[in-house]
Amino acid sequence: MKNIDNLVQDLERSLLVMDKHACEELIKTVIHSYSVDEILGDLFVKTLGKIGQGWEDGTYSLSQVYMSGRICEELIDKVLPAAQIHLKSQPKTAICVLSDYHLLGKRIIYSSLRASGFDLLDFGHGLQVDDLVKNTIENEIKILMISTLMLPSALKIKSLKEKLINTDVKIVVGGAPFFFDQNLWKEVGADAVGFNGKDALDIINRYS
Amino acid sequence: MNSFQRVMTTLSFKEPDRVPLFLMVTMHGAKELGMSLNEYFSSSGNVVEGQLRLIKKYRSDCLYPFFYAALEVEAWGGEVMFFEDGPPNAGTPFIQSYNQIKNLKPPQIKNNPVLQKSIQAIARLKKIVKDEVPILGIVMSPFSLPVMQLGFDRYLELIYNYPDEFEKLMVVNMEFCIDWANSQLEAGATAIGYFDPVSSPTIIDKETYLKTGFKIATQTIKKIKGATAIHLASGRVLPVIKELIETGTTTIGVSCLEDIEQIKKACFGKLTVLGNLNGIEMRRWSATYAEAQVKQLIKQAAPGGGFILSDNHGEIPFQVSDEILLSISEAVHKWGNYPISNF
Repeated sequence: MKNIDNLVQDLERSLLVMDKHACEELIKTVIHSYSVDEILGDLFVKTLGKIGQGWEDGTYSLSQVYMSGRICEELIDKVLPAAQIHLKSQPKTAICVLSDYHLLGKRIIYSSLRASGFDLLDFGHGLQVDDLVKNTIENEIKILMISTLMLPSALKIKSLKEKLINTDVKIVVGGAPFFFDQNLWKEVGADAVGFNGKDALDIINRYS
Repeated sequence: MNSFQRVMTTLSFKEPDRVPLFLMVTMHGAKELGMSLNEYFSSSGNVVEGQLRLIKKYRSDCLYPFFYAALEVEAWGGEVMFFEDGPPNAGTPFIQSYNQIKNLKPPQIKNNPVLQKSIQAIARLKKIVKDEVPILGIVMSPFSLPVMQLGFDRYLELIYNYPDEFEKLMVVNMEFCIDWANSQLEAGATAIGYFDPVSSPTIIDKETYLKTGFKIATQTIKKIKGATAIHLASGRVLPVIKELIETGTTTIGVSCLEDIEQIKKACFGKLTVLGNLNGIEMRRWSATYAEAQVKQLIKQAAPGGGFILSDNHGEIPFQVSDEILLSISEAVHKWGNYPISNF
């Protein structure tokens, strides 16, 4: 049986060309040698992390990042025994799109985290600041992940932060405006910024 | 030289009197007229007046009567959301099921009041400036429009998992795009900006692009009866430069993520380079920093012609101040005279 690093390479190769069949066969061969936690926590996390990093440095495309996350999510439902999936313990986390309707970034992070064994609430999209404050407090969220595509949406996070100042909620942001202006997350008062699934994972682990 | 002559000279890979400046300001017209964005975009007259004031204020070299990207979706009957502080956005995608695609019919340009606003704006500007200033018409590429028609996530799944439905959608979208582009040219647009972010390797893998976006751009551009400029809206271009040249376009809008010297070298003699100031970061620039950015860009990309200075996305955020826009303009006028000095 190959070690995890070799399996990561194989899975990465198959995900990048969106070969669902090859990915499924790979998981079926390793499922008897590795625990579900190892498959989620090591194999999927490392592979999706590499692909996400590849997008950031211009090697891979966003479509490959998105489809990889979706395929891994489907594999969890189809191949991995549900009873053996132990969702990771983490602070209560939610994800959303603030103000606009651009869902892709949120979907990518959501898929990536689910494929890595994390559970999180999806607050949806097109939310205004007050809606989001209400949802966050009512659901006792500790980590709020916010995706934005438009600069005006990103700037609204400042107001969100002010309204949540008396809570212990950590605001984690991501999306194009933060990618193109690397200081923006600090300016709006976010606690952290991430650009891919691995970043999101590292941030959740940091706050756990 | 007037702006038209300046731009035509650089497009011929010769050095004009000065580096042309395309300041892609759309929403700033509302500020000039003291209107909300909703009110500003409700009438072609407002956009005409806004563009005339902007070009005079910033001494730039094109008129850009682009309303907003979601205008095309609005024409198709889709939802558009208006904001006080940013461009109108497409709302809930109007294609909710892939089954709808087989019955999809594009809007007819002549009868469509939304599209006619844009046509009227172009026609009125043409009457005023005649052939002295380039007027840019804009289309969303058939390959990128579905992001708003379907939603990005469902569109990517269509491309990779539902090839028949994808092809059908491209046929309908190409018919519309060609008609829409030619209508704008007929109204007086000098050239057409072909917005195609999904074709960028930032968004789609090259292998898929060669089978899809590249073919679609080549077929569509062939039927557009005027010059085009492909813009990948902040997306990378270098891995597909050869293919972009082969589409038949004359100009490429490029991202701040890539080295413009490298892009210019790859394009010279074949494509004029348009770009690549960072519009997001621009919001917090100082006047001094703006001048330095412009100076650096001119040094790297202007020699020899084949270059138009602009932002990297094709639309400058509403939050960028007049002060910074003026600094950019002044820097182009100060440092952009040919021959470019050794500074």
